[in-house]
Amino acid sequence: MIVNNAASRRWKNRLALCVMVAMVLASLVPLVSLSWTLVSKGIGAVNWQFFYHLPLATPRGVGNAILGSALVLLVATLVAVPVGLLVGLYLAHFAQDRMAGPTRSLLDVMSGIPAIVVGMFIYSVVVQHFGFSALAGGLSLSMIMLPIFARTTEEAIKAIPPTVNEAGLALGLPRRRVIMRIVLRSAMPAVLTGFFLAVARVGGEAAPLLFTAFGSNSWPSHSVKDIVTFKPLTEQVASLPQIIYEYAKDPRPEVVSLAWGASLLLVGMILTIRLGTNMYIRYRYGKGGA
Amino acid sequence: MTAAALSQTRTIERKTARGGPPAPGPRQNTGDRLFFILLRSAALLPVLLILVFLTVLGWGAWPSIKTFGWAFLWSANWDPTDGREDYGALAFILGTLFSSLFALAIAAPVGIGVATFLNEVFTPRLRGLMAFLIEILATIPSIVYGVWAFFVMVPWVEATVIPAAHWIFGPKFFLFRGTNGFSLFSGGLVLAVMILPVIVSISLDSIRAVPCTYREAALGLGATRWEMIRLAVWPPARSGMLGACILALGRAMGETMAITMVIGNAQSIQWSLFGPANSIASAIALQFGEATGLMQAALIELALVLFVMTLLVNLAARALVSRLAGAKGVLA
Repeated sequence: MIVNNAASRRWKNRLALCVMVAMVLASLVPLVSLSWTLVSKGIGAVNWQFFYHLPLATPRGVGNAILGSALVLLVATLVAVPVGLLVGLYLAHFAQDRMAGPTRSLLDVMSGIPAIVVGMFIYSVVVQHFGFSALAGGLSLSMIMLPIFARTTEEAIKAIPPTVNEAGLALGLPRRRVIMRIVLRSAMPAVLTGFFLAVARVGGEAAPLLFTAFGSNSWPSHSVKDIVTFKPLTEQVASLPQIIYEYAKDPRPEVVSLAWGASLLLVGMILTIRLGTNMYIRYRYGKGGA
Repeated sequence: MTAAALSQTRTIERKTARGGPPAPGPRQNTGDRLFFILLRSAALLPVLLILVFLTVLGWGAWPSIKTFGWAFLWSANWDPTDGREDYGALAFILGTLFSSLFALAIAAPVGIGVATFLNEVFTPRLRGLMAFLIEILATIPSIVYGVWAFFVMVPWVEATVIPAAHWIFGPKFFLFRGTNGFSLFSGGLVLAVMILPVIVSISLDSIRAVPCTYREAALGLGATRWEMIRLAVWPPARSGMLGACILALGRAMGETMAITMVIGNAQSIQWSLFGPANSIASAIALQFGEATGLMQAALIELALVLFVMTLLVNLAARALVSRLAGAKGVLA
């Protein structure tokens, strides 16, 4: 009886381990399948012209979408980084403040807003009055970036030992100098890490761009006069995630292949940012970072 | 050391003491005061933003709220035809709930299994490799999952899964009626793949937090590895794993691009897994672009409903996960 019981327990153990191995393998199937299709279908579309031609030119390319993505991300960065820095500094330095708790929870609420709803919000506020534009697209991405970046900034600054702060104050520096020049500078690697992770997160978002940056088949205006007057920001632009969405459903196989190429490029770029950042974290803070 | 030096130290001490604590106090100079005002006002920004967000969406949705009232939530009729416009959200609400719950039903056991296996059985090197792969899975954008699901998963579902399900349960079984690859099943499956990394990484954190002595105690009493997992590892990690699942549910409900491409975009309630359905997010993505008037208002109200749903789910998840110190990085 006892022997039987031990055997059944051993079998149960083996069965459970087998099930878990099967789960590990099953979780890898989509990754393998996705990478395989992505590379095999995408690599054919990528050539030199792919990077600087327009979608309607021959051979087709996604140059305008690459530029558009860069433009939209630039706007998002210019909005989200200063604000995120200030909010992060506030949360780190005034943890006991009356507003700190609500601010933190509202940042969490913000990060939980579905991307498509963010797009709709910016549509109602900006696009309905000024039309589709790269600026609107950037604003919608900045709304997704802000909570991520503010929270990672807060963590980064909190990780700096208070002695650094005190040392600065002991030298007689005004508090703003201590915060901006000493504390923030020591926290800079971690702040940058947070920034890159936020960019990697936001760079692949298509949903908020559908109703804001909209899309386009031509280059943004690029005469000197247009650039000086920031005209490209006020026009609708294509972006990599958005053209993937649009071209994947196209009946023409060469357009679909463009979507695969753009997917490969997008994944490559985001993985590079993300993995590069992680390698940097590991290099700088040793194992167990991220 | 002379007496002069000593007395100097004392003077400095006295000065510091008079200076008070370094926290914002009476001795701030003007620049500091301005700087802190700047920081304080920046902190008001998220608050303002959320207020504006709610006002704008509420304002935009008002025509629909006024016309349909609470019936919006339980009417399943979505008819944009001019003259007899009628909008009810139930089909989309159910589509969102069904697809994300289905995704969770797949991803939760697999994710928890993977996390457990990684921490309790794998060697550290393989664990690192697997964590790396899971992270890649987490990094791939939603739209790329969508394209992959559109071209690879849906044909596979049509060619393999549906015939298999029909062969086993018969084509009349209520869950498996229909033969459409663009369906609730595909939508849920792609969501499952996308939320798997969230579940794995947060569960892994909570499993890691279980003290080693628990495991040693179980093994010392003669437990097999599986019994150790079941008796000593899972019970203390339970709240973290539950939080991981709820958080993943919130993600799944708000997910747009991937599910839009495969769920089939029907306008009616779908009870079968293999029939076209729709979710709130994909309805917005597909229809908001050309919507005007009452339809636009109805779609904005849909967005509000989605926001409230994800908010509730996220709050629940946070309450559970916040007990876990290590999970912050994953939440961001």
